[in-house]
Amino acid sequence: MPASNALTDEQLAANFADIAPPLTNDAALLEANKCLFCHDAPCTLACPTHIDVPAFIKKIASGNLRGSARVILDANPFGHSCARACPVEVLCEGACVLNDRDQEPIKIALLQRHATDYVLERKLKLFTAGPTTGKRVAIVGAGPAGLACARDLRRCGHAVTVFEAKPQPGGLNTYGIAEYKLKADVALAEVQDILDLGVELKTGVTVTSVEDLLEQFDAAFVGVGLGSTKRLGIPGEDLPGVIDALTFIEHLKTHPYSETTVGRNVIVIGAGNTAIDAVTQAKRLGAASSTIVYRRGEADMPCYHYEYELAKRDGCGFRFNAAPQRIAGNGAVSGLEVKTATGTETIPCDMVIVAIGQGERTELTWPAGHPKVFVGGDCANGGAEIVNAAAEGVAAARRIHEFLGGIMR
Amino acid sequence: MADLRTNFAGITSPNPFWLASGPPTNTYGQVAKAFDQGWGGAIWKTIGEPIINVFSRYGSVDLGQNRMMGFNNIELISDRPIAENLKEIAEVKRNYPKHAVIASLMVESKREAWHTMVKQTEDTGADGIELNFGCPHGMSERGMGSAVGQVPDYTCQIVEWVKEVATIPVIVKLTPNVTDITYIARAAVKGGADALSLINTINSIVGIDLATFEPQPSVAGKSSHGGYCGPAVKPIALHLVSAVAGDPSVKIPISGIGGISTWRDAAEFIALGAGTLQVCTAVMHYGFRIVEDLIDGLSNWMDERGHRTLEDIRGRALPRVTKWEELDLNYHLLAHIDQAKCIKCELCWTACEDGAHQAIRRLPRNNGGPVVEIIEEACVGCNLCAAVCPVQDCITMRRVPNDYAPVTWKQYSAGKGKLAPRSEHFHTATWSPRA
Repeated sequence: MPASNALTDEQLAANFADIAPPLTNDAALLEANKCLFCHDAPCTLACPTHIDVPAFIKKIASGNLRGSARVILDANPFGHSCARACPVEVLCEGACVLNDRDQEPIKIALLQRHATDYVLERKLKLFTAGPTTGKRVAIVGAGPAGLACARDLRRCGHAVTVFEAKPQPGGLNTYGIAEYKLKADVALAEVQDILDLGVELKTGVTVTSVEDLLEQFDAAFVGVGLGSTKRLGIPGEDLPGVIDALTFIEHLKTHPYSETTVGRNVIVIGAGNTAIDAVTQAKRLGAASSTIVYRRGEADMPCYHYEYELAKRDGCGFRFNAAPQRIAGNGAVSGLEVKTATGTETIPCDMVIVAIGQGERTELTWPAGHPKVFVGGDCANGGAEIVNAAAEGVAAARRIHEFLGGIMR
Repeated sequence: MADLRTNFAGITSPNPFWLASGPPTNTYGQVAKAFDQGWGGAIWKTIGEPIINVFSRYGSVDLGQNRMMGFNNIELISDRPIAENLKEIAEVKRNYPKHAVIASLMVESKREAWHTMVKQTEDTGADGIELNFGCPHGMSERGMGSAVGQVPDYTCQIVEWVKEVATIPVIVKLTPNVTDITYIARAAVKGGADALSLINTINSIVGIDLATFEPQPSVAGKSSHGGYCGPAVKPIALHLVSAVAGDPSVKIPISGIGGISTWRDAAEFIALGAGTLQVCTAVMHYGFRIVEDLIDGLSNWMDERGHRTLEDIRGRALPRVTKWEELDLNYHLLAHIDQAKCIKCELCWTACEDGAHQAIRRLPRNNGGPVVEIIEEACVGCNLCAAVCPVQDCITMRRVPNDYAPVTWKQYSAGKGKLAPRSEHFHTATWSPRA
C-alpha cells in the first residue's frame, strides 16, 4: 500500500480537531438562557440516562457550573463523552420543543460539554464512595457499560473489580470513537474519575469464565461489548491493504496521526455509523478519494442522516447498489469488484476498509438467567450508543445493589 | 403622517421625545448631536454649584442575556461650572431655536440662591426650567434633590420662590420615593408649578459582588444607595403618572419619565396622560439613534389607527384606571389553549399547578395528542398561563358570557347586584411527599 498522501502534522491536527468546538462562556450563557425550562421535558425523556436537561441548563445560566455538572454526571457517568459523541440530533436535541417553534433546538450537547469540562479541567470530585458494605462485584469489560455500573456500585459502597482485556480502560470510548468527536485523553480522564472512587482495575486480563468469578464475587456484571468486525466472505479479503474499520480507527487513536497509513484511493465497505467514521477519517488522513461502497440504496443506509451529511461535507464519495464480489490485487489491493444493476465493475483502489458491523463475542459465554450475573451494553443490546451502554450500566448497578440487599436512594 | 408636534405648558418642540436630564445632556456637543438626530427637546443635566463625583457611578441589572434591564447611578449633578453650562445652553438654543431646551436646576434651599439661579438661566433664552426635586442619592444628604421633593411644604416653598422671578414655564420633577406622590404633586401645583415631570429614579442597591461582598457600584469597596431606572421601572412610572394625571386637583401637563425605550412605551405614557416623554437610560445604552424608531414607530402606529395628533391619544387609557372596587365581578374569563400552536413545554401546567389554581390537566406525552388541557371548572381566568406561554397567541383568555349585569364590589358589598355563578375553588388531590 502506498504511503499516505503526506499531510503535515499541522494539517492533520486541524483535520482531527473537535468537530464541535466548545462554547465560550458568553455563548454558553446566551444559549442557556434560551432554554424554556420545560416541565417533564422531552429532552430528558429522550435521553436514555434521563439527565435532567433543563435543570443542568438553568444551573449554567445561574453560574452554578459545578452543580450543573453534578446533575449530568449523577444521571450519566459518561456525561463527558456523551457531550461529544452522542447522536443528540435523534435524542435530546431532536426532542427539544423549540423545533416545534420553527427554531433551532437548544445546543444541549455543547452546554453539557461546557458544564462537564468545567469540572474536568479543575479535577473537581463530585462523587464519593459509599460506606463499605463488604460485598464484592466483578465487572467484565471496562467500557462505558461496565464502568458506569462500577461507578454507581462504588457510590453504594460495594467493592468493585473490573477486568479488561485491552491495555487501557474505556472500551470504544478510548479506542473507537471518531477522533474529531472524542479524543482518548478525555475518555481516559473520564474513566479515571470513576476509578478514583476506589474501583480496582485489572487490564490485560481476558476473562473466560464468569462462573469462576462468582466463586470470589457476590455478583458479576458482563459488559464485554461486541466482537471483531464481521468478515466479508469474498475473495481477496486477506490481501495487504484490507483492514477492518475498528482496527483502522484504533490505530489512528493510539498513535500520532502521521503513523497511521492510509491509501490514496480508499474504499469503505458498509454504510453504518462506523463506516462513516472510517470514510471521513481516511479522508482527513489525506486520502485523495475516500468512498463508501454499499450494496443497497441511499435510503437504506443504517447511519444517521447527519453522519451521511458530514461525510458528504468531508468530500467522501458514495457508490450505492454496488455489492462487493472480490477484492482484486496481486500482493496488494488494486480494486474492488462490485456487482451493480448493469453488470460487474471493478472500482480502482489501494485500500479497503471493512465496516459491515461487529460479530458477537465468542471467547466468553455467561450463564443466562443466573441470579448473580447481570449484563449490559453492546453485548446485551446488539450494539448501540455510549449513552445506551451508560444507561444500562447504571440500571444494572441498581439491580445489583438491590440484589445485594441494598436500598436504592 | 401623524403630527407629532408638541406644545407642553407653552414649550413647543417638533416631537414629544425629550432627553431627560442626565449624562446624555451634559454638554453642547451631546445635545446638538441629539437634536440633529431627531430629538425634540432636552433637559440639561442638572446645574448647580459644581460637585465632585466618585469614579464608579453606575450599576446594572441584567435579565438573562438582556443587559441593563435595570440600571442605577450614584452620579451627582453637573460637575461643570454654572457659567459654562449656561453659555452652552444659550448656544444650543441659538442654533436650535425650534427645539425645546430646558435647564434643570438644583441649588441650596435659600430664596436668594434660587432667585439668582433662575434669573441667570432665563438670560440664556432657555424655554423652561425643571426643578430637580428628585435625585435620591448624594444631593439629598445635602438637603437638596429628593430631600426637598419628599416634603410637600418644602416643595411648595421652593416652587413659590422660583415662580417669584421666573417668566418661563417651570416644571417640577417628582421623586417616586414617597408614600403617595399625589401629595407632592399637589404641593407643586399649590406653589405655582406650570408642569410636572415624573418619575425621578428609585432608591436602590443594584447588587452585591459575591466574590468580595462589595455593593455595586463599588467605590473602593463601598457603595451608597443610588437611583434606579431603565426598563424595569416602567410599570412603577406608569402607575405614578396615572395617579398624578388622574388627580382632579392636578390639572397641569405631565412629562412622563421612567424606562421609556421604545415607541410602545411612549404611547403607553401618552395614553395615561403624559404630554412629553423623557428618555435617558435607553440613550445611555444604545445612543441617540434610538429616536428614529421612537418617532417612526409612533407615527406608523398612529397612522394605522387614524390618530392624527398626540391629543387624539393623550389620556385615552386614563378613564380606564379605576379603583379595584369599581371592577366588574361578573366579567368572567377562561384560558384557551390553541393545541395546534402548543409546543408541549408544560410551562403553563407547572405555573398553574404550583403558582396559581391547579386548573390545567396533564395528559400522557406518549399518545401524540395534546399534553395539557384547561380544567374549565377550575380556571379563574388569572392570565398566568398566558403570561408564561413562550408561544405567541397560543394561550388566550376568552370571555365567558353570562346573563348577569355587571356588578362591582362597591355595589355588591352594599347589597346591590347579583354575582354570576362561579365555580368553587378547585384543589388537586393531596400532595404526598416522596417516601
